[in-house]
Amino acid sequence: MPLDLIDSPDLDAGFREGLWTLNFGPQHPATHTTLRLVLQLDGEMVIGAEPDIGFLHSGFEKLAEVLDYNQYVTIVDRMNYISPMANEIAWHHAVEGLLGIELTPRCKYIRTIFAELMRIHDHLLCTGTCVLDLGGATAFMYAFNEREKIYEICERASGQRFHTGYTRVGGLLYDVTDDWIKMVRDFCKTFPKAYKDFAGLVMKNRIFVERTKGVGVLTKEDAIAGSASGPVARASGVERDLRRDEPYLAYNDLDFDVCCAQGGDCYARFQVRMMEMLESLKIIEQAVENLPSGPVFISGTGKEGLPDKTEVYRSIEGLIHHFENIMPNRQMPSPKESYYGATESPNGELGYYIVSDGDFKAYRARTRPPSLLHFSLFSRMIRGCMLSDVAAVLGSINIIAAELDR
Amino acid sequence: MTAATNMKEVLESKLGGVSLVWSAFRDQNRVAVPVSHIAAALQTLRDAGMDQLVDITAVDMLEYPGATDRFEVVYLLLNTTSGERLTVKTHVNEPELKLPSACPVWFGADWLEREVYDMFGIVFEGHPNFKRLLLPDAFESFPLRKDYPVKGRGERHNFPIITRAES
Repeated sequence: MPLDLIDSPDLDAGFREGLWTLNFGPQHPATHTTLRLVLQLDGEMVIGAEPDIGFLHSGFEKLAEVLDYNQYVTIVDRMNYISPMANEIAWHHAVEGLLGIELTPRCKYIRTIFAELMRIHDHLLCTGTCVLDLGGATAFMYAFNEREKIYEICERASGQRFHTGYTRVGGLLYDVTDDWIKMVRDFCKTFPKAYKDFAGLVMKNRIFVERTKGVGVLTKEDAIAGSASGPVARASGVERDLRRDEPYLAYNDLDFDVCCAQGGDCYARFQVRMMEMLESLKIIEQAVENLPSGPVFISGTGKEGLPDKTEVYRSIEGLIHHFENIMPNRQMPSPKESYYGATESPNGELGYYIVSDGDFKAYRARTRPPSLLHFSLFSRMIRGCMLSDVAAVLGSINIIAAELDR
Repeated sequence: MTAATNMKEVLESKLGGVSLVWSAFRDQNRVAVPVSHIAAALQTLRDAGMDQLVDITAVDMLEYPGATDRFEVVYLLLNTTSGERLTVKTHVNEPELKLPSACPVWFGADWLEREVYDMFGIVFEGHPNFKRLLLPDAFESFPLRKDYPVKGRGERHNFPIITRAES
């Protein structure tokens, strides 16, 4: 039955009795993580969906009030664990905004390279599993093969593949080595071929295109009023990218395009993510070739940056500097203010609203999670689609439940 | 004339006589609106071009040095065309922990307001589907309040153990 008839109040009461309810999740292969949908179905058509979330709620924002600005970085990379370092960069972007810290050029470039590697990382998983959920297991393997290389690049820089904890207030845990630069260059060389293989398997695949085109449409007006951001908003024709509109890190020096589509459907979101991967690669290539030399920490005039580890172990000045930074009663004071700092994370606008009462830890640190806002639009997107489209729409908006529930 | 002064003029002409407190920190403009006029202020800003609600959150000011109000509700607004941002703050106090919902203005406020209620117990009146978002419906506390301990309280008191025979 058409949707406008279902909405009309003078519908035969017997019809409503014929509707059925389907419980989708919390454990379902297409939900990837733990979330639940209660679907109202008329035959095979979805006429209503009520998301039920909170299965992974772990009180991250409460923890932000007891951990200091450096410690909390280990919690934020557990939010969107598909692109852990993007969270860390966003968190310290907000903290440094509050403290008024200007990073060194080398630190800016390294963070930019990582932010873009994370965008590729995230988009590879999102596009790969989107195809997997629709039955295309082969393309997914090509995507995951590339993700593995990015894990290795993370490991070389920070010692951790996954939860890197790599950024620090005013700098980075370690400087990168020549080895690492070579790995990034190699990745830039090999990625286009893998991308071509992956795109070739999917972009013109008739089954994939027919299952995603015109499915789960989000109009431009709904995207704006519904607080959508990132690839979801850009696929609906909202031309907005924080990297271009509110430049941070090294994005002002680098040349890239903002990728948009007009369809607003699953295929458009897929396309935007595919195009963004190539733009990210372009940014990485420029950044790694122009990587400035110099320190990664802001100069140690006061309590802003952590000292180099060799100095801590081999000189009394370094040890004192370290002590002054780490001891809770001696750390750098922060202004008694509130500040909202946002970055363009792979999933959309990831921001932190920090309220400080003068300590080196947040009085309140609110995460603005893009997944939450995108998932709240889900019931609008899915209305009128078929039951089998649920997997396609879920895959195209890339819901990460750990970020959704925090 | 910069965009921020434009917003200021629009708000002040529309809400004549209401005390609005403007402040700025590192290029971020903030305005504090009394809770009685928050609905009108948000609608005015929406009509003046702030077409996206980026976030709604709250802060419990219980332990904040020098704070006089208990809760601060924060709206982060964005103009998607010009890229201009504005933070709107309002204050609510016990026992009147309620304010009008922003859902009629931006439907994206739906889950954000539910989360604020979930974590702080602030009620948004006129919300179409008002209930807890993340925590179980039977949960009785509001965990992001400052008087709620970090090592939790009462998380499991209302989760009875179900044996296999009963299920």
